[in-house]
Amino acid sequence: MKLMRKKEFVAMLLAGGQGSRLGILTKKIAKPAVPFGGKYRIIDFTLSNCYNSGIDTVGVLTQYQPLELNSYIGIGRAWDLDRKNGGVSLLPPFVREKGGEWYKGTANAIYQNVSFINQYNPKFVLILSGDHIYKMDYSKMLQFHKDKESEATIAVIEVPWKEAHRFGILIPDENGRIIEFEEKPVNPKSNYASMGVYIFNWNVLKDYLEKDENDPNSSNDFGKDIIPKMLQENVRMYAYSFRGYWKDVGTVESLWEANMDLLGEKPQLDLYDYNWPIYSVTPTQPPQFISETAEINCSLVSEGCMIFGRVEHSVLFFGVHVGKNSIVKDSIVMPSVKIGRNAVIEKCIICENAVVEDNCQIGAAACNSKGITVVGDSLRVPAGQKIPAGMVIGSEQLVKRS
Amino acid sequence: MKDVMGIISLNENSDVLNNITNHRPLASVPFGGRYRIIDFVLSNMVNSGIQNVGVLTRYKHRSLIDHLRSGKDWDLDRKRDGLFIFPPENINNPAELYNGVMQNLYNNIDYIYKSRQKYVLVSGSDIIYNLNYRQVFDFHKQMKADITMIYKEINNINKLHSCSFITKMKNTRILDMEVNSCCSKSSKMCLEAYIMDKSLLIDIVNSCVSRGYIDFIKDGIVKNISILNVIGYQHTGYVAKINSIESYYQHSMDLLKTDIWKELFFKPGLVYTKVKDGAATKYTKDSVVRNSLIANGCIIEGTVKNSILFRGVRVDRGACIKNSIVMQKSVIEKNAVLENVITDKEVCITAGKILRGDKNYPLVIEKKKVI
Repeated sequence: MKLMRKKEFVAMLLAGGQGSRLGILTKKIAKPAVPFGGKYRIIDFTLSNCYNSGIDTVGVLTQYQPLELNSYIGIGRAWDLDRKNGGVSLLPPFVREKGGEWYKGTANAIYQNVSFINQYNPKFVLILSGDHIYKMDYSKMLQFHKDKESEATIAVIEVPWKEAHRFGILIPDENGRIIEFEEKPVNPKSNYASMGVYIFNWNVLKDYLEKDENDPNSSNDFGKDIIPKMLQENVRMYAYSFRGYWKDVGTVESLWEANMDLLGEKPQLDLYDYNWPIYSVTPTQPPQFISETAEINCSLVSEGCMIFGRVEHSVLFFGVHVGKNSIVKDSIVMPSVKIGRNAVIEKCIICENAVVEDNCQIGAAACNSKGITVVGDSLRVPAGQKIPAGMVIGSEQLVKRS
Repeated sequence: MKDVMGIISLNENSDVLNNITNHRPLASVPFGGRYRIIDFVLSNMVNSGIQNVGVLTRYKHRSLIDHLRSGKDWDLDRKRDGLFIFPPENINNPAELYNGVMQNLYNNIDYIYKSRQKYVLVSGSDIIYNLNYRQVFDFHKQMKADITMIYKEINNINKLHSCSFITKMKNTRILDMEVNSCCSKSSKMCLEAYIMDKSLLIDIVNSCVSRGYIDFIKDGIVKNISILNVIGYQHTGYVAKINSIESYYQHSMDLLKTDIWKELFFKPGLVYTKVKDGAATKYTKDSVVRNSLIANGCIIEGTVKNSILFRGVRVDRGACIKNSIVMQKSVIEKNAVLENVITDKEVCITAGKILRGDKNYPLVIEKKKVI
């Protein structure tokens, strides 16, 4: 019985990464589930891009700490991906007749789900990663892919030359055809970095996935194995140049920076564009209440917040309470955090449901160091506590000792 | 509550809010920064566990249907039961004048018949409060009532016209009522929500309609008050009855009191509404916001004091909003001043304009007007 109708284009979203450099932020959740920008989670950007680009079939590959991600994505309602045919499917690793195994790498994850993709018998497959913050119209990239009669198209973004060594760098010829690929080169020959967004002709990719699987020396990774192999064998590969905001929020610093990027006068990433909304699961919260004593400048504040103190250059998620005379500066405060009175919080990331009691001083306010201070989720920082900058507080014991 | 169905009947006078109700029923008038008035009763029902809700509309139902759609946002998009929206039957028949709730119920009696619940909760849609009907239902069963109605003790009854009052009670039993009295001496305002057996409701409707009786309370309940066990359930929480621009304005401003904000939006249940996917609200270096209620998706560069901003409002640099209500997607341009003003949706106040209403009678700007 064939239940699925044919789709031209299927997206596969890699969301199994741990994001270990995010430390306690990803202790209980996968990196794509990390909160961002006052009301989103990182994966919202990719899922919204899919919906806004007209893609209605998305497989989300999960592996590391999928619980929260699973319940967040659900049947994809928030992104209008609850469809009769297609829609969003969560794809964890599974056991087969002859046993099963974890996803060994990005390519292996797709390989293990070949039959999922085959159900739709698509012509093209879009490979995405759920780790990046950007707004991109994949339908334009697909058009480019078709126009060039490409077999594999990689989205690239120009990065500053001095940072190019951190990325997978592509060297295209004048027509955009890729002639060389270097993974994290010491002396980059171009500044076109791969964004981890690929469109493949499904029949071509399928072949390479099988070959890759049979190669015992392969690390089963798109960047390290599949792309170089395709280049070597003269597959028609093109670079699709993307202009706009794109950020990999792989570290605490870059996550903090990307949030702060939103607070500028005219941020590059426009969240208020009605033509390209970023969808997310909306909590049921009333409008924010800004009291007579509150002062808010250069900040993003979300629904359900109650502000009695001062908020400066910060991002506040929904349901945050800031008490009288408290100061929140250069910080990210995640959902339902309660901050008491007379507390000072500077350059911090305070995770979900944490409680900061009266008179606490956290982060740069407590000393002159420059690092970002992180307070883990659901922790209680007792009244009057001082936590110096750069500390990462992951458990109650640490709070007491400091 | 599996055995209770909900009926929301849009029986209110349709033009009480002048310009704001020109093109929408009172039930879908925006309220509280991101809601429509009907959201409160509807959320009460959903939070109480009612899963079958019929909305009987009257005039200008486009706006309401656009708001409710499939009922998804209230979790009422169900295979069985869920949300039903019934447009008025007599819309193109001027000879058959509209006769209020009774007519509404009669026109949709098939829906009431075929629903599988044993009990029914009939409610109006112009009163805002947060209550779990489960308690009322338990009380109804405990008292072996035929009809249980919810009321609220209020202080300043002078301002309340087009209300029903309970004028005589013995313990919890209701002995007499008044409808739309202009000089009621009672302080027990009826919240227009009644729980009863579905069969009793059908009985009342049929026997009234067949005798030409048209008013649900006067004819349906008051005339039978001696033979039915009609019980009053007192609601002690906050109640906002919207029946004029003044009451709309005052009750909106009440939300700036933190106690009322907390109570109405959180206790005992959350209030659901249509999701809009706006980003978090942005405050810039020049923004000054004090004592205000701000929804998501706004960009505030100017001054906002003692006001309510709905979703997606833009306040440009130098603009100043005081004691005002600015509804969704309105734009207040540079150096414009609003004081005691209510702007409907998508209004644009161009640069430098100064608009002032009176504290007791705010200036109302119609939908989509550019000033």
